[in-house]
Amino acid sequence: MMLAVGVVATTLLAVGALLAVVRIERGPTMLDRTVAFDVLTTALVGAIAVEAAISRRTESVPILVVLSLVGFIGSVTIARFAAVEPPKNGTAAQRSGPRPSSVGPGPGSGAVAGSESEPTSDAGTTNAGGEVS
Amino acid sequence: MTVVTDVAAAVCLLLGAFFSFSAGVGVMRFDNLLSRMHVVAKPQVLGLLLLLAGVALRLQDKGSATMLLLVAIFQLMTSPVAAYMVGRAGLRTRCVDATLLDTEDDAFPVRSSTPGDQA
Repeated sequence: MMLAVGVVATTLLAVGALLAVVRIERGPTMLDRTVAFDVLTTALVGAIAVEAAISRRTESVPILVVLSLVGFIGSVTIARFAAVEPPKNGTAAQRSGPRPSSVGPGPGSGAVAGSESEPTSDAGTTNAGGEVS
Repeated sequence: MTVVTDVAAAVCLLLGAFFSFSAGVGVMRFDNLLSRMHVVAKPQVLGLLLLLAGVALRLQDKGSATMLLLVAIFQLMTSPVAAYMVGRAGLRTRCVDATLLDTEDDAFPVRSSTPGDQA
């Protein structure tokens, strides 16, 4: 019985992960890819959990802890630092002139500029340069 | 006793796998960023919690159960934070159609929601 449960659960998880991969490939913005990557990581955690449950392996459990940590750090990092970079500003940088200067300094200097201009909020960490110019 | 817990574990595993599958379907089929964030924040976490419950029922080991509880608590703590940061970045980079929102935040006025009009 447990084997059939494992097969069905693994198939469901694999199809879900496959759909997430399709969304990562398609996703119009970087944030869509981030969201889909989160789904993919959690599906991986779920697959390892199913494997640990079917074969009663205790040593697979620490992998789950590490994977959930890494998945969170990855998605937060992309949302914080890499949300602006991809297609929108990339194509804008190719089309118009003044954009590349705002893309160049990166999120670190953008955060500094945002904290200077707006001390009440933490606005401008992602695209402060583009908003100001 | 083991039969009962095994059946419960099987039910938990199947339900959790189904919720994870539905998260994959949702992230594929929904058409804007906020709907996709909903799928990641709710059905995905529920599916993972059910899967972890299934593993704990099946292993019946105290150390493993503690670690699985740690994973569950960590997921419950980090998933809202990740969703919040994705949503904030989406508002700032104007990936989110602000007309979809019910309330209008002063920091993100609806009128300038079209990308590139102030460039």
